Amino acid sequence: MITKPLTQNINANRDAVAIDAYEKNNGYLAMKKAVTEMSPADCLQTVKDSGLRGRGGAGFPTGMKWSFVPMENVSPGHKYLVCNADEMEPGTFKDRLLMECDPHQLIEGMIISAWTIQADVAYIFIRAEYHLASKLLQEAIDDCHAKGYLGKNILGTDYNLEMYVHSSAGRYICGEETALINSLEGKRANPRAKPPFPQISGLWGRPTIVNNVETFCNIPHIIQHGPEWFKGLGRGDDAGTKLFGVSGRVKNPGCWELPMGTPIRELIEEHAGGMEDGYKLRGFLPGGASTDFLVEEHLDLAMDYDVIGKAGSRLGTGTMIILDDKTCVVGMVKNLTEFFAQESCGFCTPCRDGLPWTAQVLGDIESGNGIPADLTTLKRQVKFIGAIGNTHCALAPGAMEPVSSAMKYFADDFQRYIDGDSAQSKEPVDESAKEQSISAEAS
Amino acid sequence: MANEAAVDKTMATIYIDDKPFEVEAGENVLQAVLGLGLDLPYFCWHPAMGSVGACRQCALVQFRDEEDTRGRIVMGCMTPASDGARFSMQGPDATEFRKNIVESLMLNHPHDCPVCAEGGECHLQDMTMMVGHRDRSYRGRKNTHNNQDLGPLIHHEMNRCISCYRCTRYYNDYAGGKDLAAQAAHDHVYFGRHEDGTLESEFAGNLVEVCPTGVFTDKPLVNEYTRKWDMQSAPSVCAGCALGCNISPGERYGKLKRIHNRYNSAVNGYFLCDRGRYGGNFVNDEKRAEFAGALNANGRYNAIHTEQAIQQLTQWCNHKNVVGIGSPRASLETNYLLQRLAGEQNFCSGMADHELTLVRGIKDRLQHGSVSTPSMQEVESADVVLVLGEDVTNTAPRLALALRQSVRNLANELASEARIPLWQDEAVRNLAQDQLSPLFVIAMSDTPLDDVAEQCVTLAPNDIANFGYSIAGKIDASLPGVATAQDALAERIADALKNAKRPLIVSGTGAQSTAVIHAASAIAEALQNRNAMLSYCLPEANTMGLAMITENTISDTLSIADICEQADKGKINTLIVAENDLYRRAPRKDIDKLLRDVDKIVVMDCITTPTLSQAHLALPAASFIESQGTLVSSEGRAQRHYPVFKPAEQRQASWRWLAPLIDDEEFENFDAVTAACAAEYPELVKIEQASPSAEFRDRGMKIPRQTHRYSGRTAMLADESVHEPKQPEDQDTPFSFSMEGANSGKSGALIPFVWSPGWNSNQSVHKFQSEAGGSLAGGTPGVRLIKANSTLLSSKADLAEASTASDQQFELLPMYKIFGSDELTAQSPAIQALTPKPTLQLNPADAERLGLGRNDAVLTNIDQRELYLDLVINSAIPKGCAGYITGVPGADWLAPNSHASVKKTAAKLVVENGGGNV
Repeated sequence: MITKPLTQNINANRDAVAIDAYEKNNGYLAMKKAVTEMSPADCLQTVKDSGLRGRGGAGFPTGMKWSFVPMENVSPGHKYLVCNADEMEPGTFKDRLLMECDPHQLIEGMIISAWTIQADVAYIFIRAEYHLASKLLQEAIDDCHAKGYLGKNILGTDYNLEMYVHSSAGRYICGEETALINSLEGKRANPRAKPPFPQISGLWGRPTIVNNVETFCNIPHIIQHGPEWFKGLGRGDDAGTKLFGVSGRVKNPGCWELPMGTPIRELIEEHAGGMEDGYKLRGFLPGGASTDFLVEEHLDLAMDYDVIGKAGSRLGTGTMIILDDKTCVVGMVKNLTEFFAQESCGFCTPCRDGLPWTAQVLGDIESGNGIPADLTTLKRQVKFIGAIGNTHCALAPGAMEPVSSAMKYFADDFQRYIDGDSAQSKEPVDESAKEQSISAEAS
Repeated sequence: MANEAAVDKTMATIYIDDKPFEVEAGENVLQAVLGLGLDLPYFCWHPAMGSVGACRQCALVQFRDEEDTRGRIVMGCMTPASDGARFSMQGPDATEFRKNIVESLMLNHPHDCPVCAEGGECHLQDMTMMVGHRDRSYRGRKNTHNNQDLGPLIHHEMNRCISCYRCTRYYNDYAGGKDLAAQAAHDHVYFGRHEDGTLESEFAGNLVEVCPTGVFTDKPLVNEYTRKWDMQSAPSVCAGCALGCNISPGERYGKLKRIHNRYNSAVNGYFLCDRGRYGGNFVNDEKRAEFAGALNANGRYNAIHTEQAIQQLTQWCNHKNVVGIGSPRASLETNYLLQRLAGEQNFCSGMADHELTLVRGIKDRLQHGSVSTPSMQEVESADVVLVLGEDVTNTAPRLALALRQSVRNLANELASEARIPLWQDEAVRNLAQDQLSPLFVIAMSDTPLDDVAEQCVTLAPNDIANFGYSIAGKIDASLPGVATAQDALAERIADALKNAKRPLIVSGTGAQSTAVIHAASAIAEALQNRNAMLSYCLPEANTMGLAMITENTISDTLSIADICEQADKGKINTLIVAENDLYRRAPRKDIDKLLRDVDKIVVMDCITTPTLSQAHLALPAASFIESQGTLVSSEGRAQRHYPVFKPAEQRQASWRWLAPLIDDEEFENFDAVTAACAAEYPELVKIEQASPSAEFRDRGMKIPRQTHRYSGRTAMLADESVHEPKQPEDQDTPFSFSMEGANSGKSGALIPFVWSPGWNSNQSVHKFQSEAGGSLAGGTPGVRLIKANSTLLSSKADLAEASTASDQQFELLPMYKIFGSDELTAQSPAIQALTPKPTLQLNPADAERLGLGRNDAVLTNIDQRELYLDLVINSAIPKGCAGYITGVPGADWLAPNSHASVKKTAAKLVVENGGGNV
């Protein structure tokens, strides 16, 4: 049985899988099965049963998300399916791998998903820098048209689906699904207030589902092999496999498909090869830049949504950033906060003005100009910006996660700077974000 | 949102700081809390624009239930008031959060209050004080921006911006503007145009009041600045068109400083048009006469005392043949007294002859028809609208803003079906996207409303009338059918109107065609729908009132042509003209002759006109801002304006000039004149209810025109005399020229300015409302005089002759301009800066036929007078017609059904070569 479904076709050293090779390896069978043999309701039930959770970061159960799309008595008009391929989370490069190496897997997943919610138009909203992926996806879509997998009367049924690649104008906030929808509509990429949720009023006011690339990529395998098989893939409570990544001063930074629930230690020590010589692990952001730091004591935790959640952080995108003992934690957090401040859409006050304020305080501390009251200010900002509901969307609360956890686990570092002792070695922060190589282990 | 018509409210009990309150179920908690009279700070929410949750200022802590002690932060404006919901407003988490928001907003704010035009009426100042933020802990640099030149009306100072997004939400979403946007991102969002330039929207001025701080301020005010607390105000009514928008002008040093919106839920709500907001400064014109003037032998005026003037006038009135000409821009009281003085048979309304016919036609349709005429609030509730022959934005501007809201009713309907609360502004817009309720515009040319219209057709006036009848025929098959070239469209419009819940037909005097007016009424009547509405745009502030005064009297038929004829026969000894420039009412040559034929001409006016300049006795009249009077708006609403300040020197209301000539004792005060007027005309019997009498007292006191912080009264005239002059007495109104008294809004019609402790800005209006965004607690100002009949008006099609084009003669179409076509406001400097030159507009095909190109100058012949005009080629002008901008300074009076010949001229070339114009 397949244990690494997402990357089964992928060899990072080879070109993207073309449609013939993809089909030869049982590609599009799931799509054919869904469209010709299964009702949308069957598909939905299968996805629900599989326990698949969104791979974009929030981990919301995919089947449940889809079940909110009205299927009966829908006012006439389009329904939309949107793939969120605006991968912008610092340290995250998993979707790029999936799209550049196996574009058909994504498209097949999207066709099945569109069938499930009976969407007739689909968009792949992709960050502009991913121009290679854009090109490959467009070619794949053209191939599907030629084969009758997209367009009118798919596989001779009366089901129609058009699919478009939309290159994003490029902002981090476009990864937020409602901001993405606004951007797709040609508006400012500001998130929308919820409710109403996109399932009811999304793209152009119509029912819309937005999912991450990796989420869609799981769909063909779930349809083909069934929910029980999918659940069996996970080592812990969560189902399936996941692309996990590690960046930072490890020997072998990269991206691997592993079962959900893989212990963190295994990820860092086996797959990433452990720390580079001369560096020690101080902590890590388990799921990308907008997740709370975890530290050594958490190394034996399983990479599961709820396990990481209970430890006070988030699984996020599953792509880990390592903090070593020679990188200045204040500088790292400042760098991240500046990124998020820069990427704020500017709509709501706590985010727009609170993040630059936080960055300014961190900058002052780092440059030795901090005062004791700054720590109070930072704590206040964490409380003020860091809770969902205080802000219009989740960007600022996410941005505050590394800040608040750094203050918890590395309080001494902050205090030392404020006390005027900057004896600790301060290497430039830029180096920690050194070029990451993309590698994957094909099964 | 602010809909008085809303009935059957379900109530909910919510708990705020453990106290139960009854509020309307489903409304947002911020609005509910404000309606309860509690203070909850906010920025981005606006009662007319709903909630978006941008500023996060109105935060409360919501608890799941009684057991929950932690709760979570929610935004009041984004949270529906549901039964049993529990909130903490004064708890430490909520107050600390709100304090943090203000501190964050203040990071980049320049703290330039002392030099900011918003200071003293700044919502940001008020909210900062309210949350108690004082010391800043931020040590970083402040962001700065460039400011833009946004034209003569609005001053831009971007550094003060707190990014509440109210400006773009108002300008783009509410008013349909296209040239203002939020640009850039994060803490450098910029609200402005793509480049410097005058804001294009006719409603841009509302930004001044919508902006919670000093980013958009009133430019004429900035240039001659006075703080709100130093201004005197009184309730007034805009005289810029016939809609009767309520305004609150502010004065200092005898000068009008600015005009603010005065809230009236049924009329203008929170917004004015720019003609109204910036059109009042003509009252400051130094050329306005301050003294009565008697023409001397040298053709100049000698200033004379008021008593002398009255004496002279009395003497001339003892002459046998005294004729009075009233005015549709003068108050009921002035017109009534002039009619009393001259006698019914010798009083002429002062409207142009054809205009009088049109207005009588409209009044007849409204009074005897079965379809009611709507307030602007009711206009906003229309679900299908047909505009027939009117460029609403340019003739009744504020109505166009109401129509822009009516097209959103489809969105509201869709949102209700999807259970999205209507105050969730962005959600409602996102759901409906560009789907709009149908609006059809049938006009003589393109109009600024076309962008929200489902379909626009431009036709010549007679064709518009026939098209209207064709629609009526398709609604009611018993009417004679009329075939037009747009049969399919007529069918579509008829269907849409028939299926509408609240159809609205808008027409007016703009096309100068009785047939158009009748056709509009025929359509409305044919619908046989109790909820149908019929609205007519009228030209001037008191056109409707004047028509009511002259109804069923001999005056109703005495035309200017009749007067010219009488004068020609030497039958007029004394001609008294009240607030009227006769050159705007009849051909120049006729008026020239009339003024030569009459022995004694007496003219009273608040502006200098060609008519006034030929008077033997010129009397300085107080303008509507300096005087008291009653005006009847186009919906038949009688409303009263009050003097904001005591007019300079001998200026006084025209009715006061006239009163002593009739009976000094009977007409001792304003109320007596109004009462006599009401007693005289059955239609006006209710005008006394337009606002309370001079006896009205608020808590036993008069209502102060000055704020209680009014400063410098002892010093402002110290350069002339160190003795502080006694404040003027005011016997005619319930107001005093003083800081003392009470302004609690006991009567909605008597609110000179809005202020409440802690609420210095105009946001304080909610303290005067029955509920936040609702009607005024002291009653909606004004009284409606027109009620629809229950019997159906017979609407036989009196078809107009189809317009015919000839090769030589073009049918002249009057084109109106918001800036310039109105007589009074056109004299205000800010309006003058935006007034277009008179031009001639031709269809491209006609231009080509005549060998004319863009920017050519043409020689036209209108009523035997030659005019050189710049040509504008406009594909919206119907073939065979020529558009002519009317009413603006330099434009000639246009007779109805005028035709003109057009030919190319080299005049333009002469100008370009540096020579003088022809």
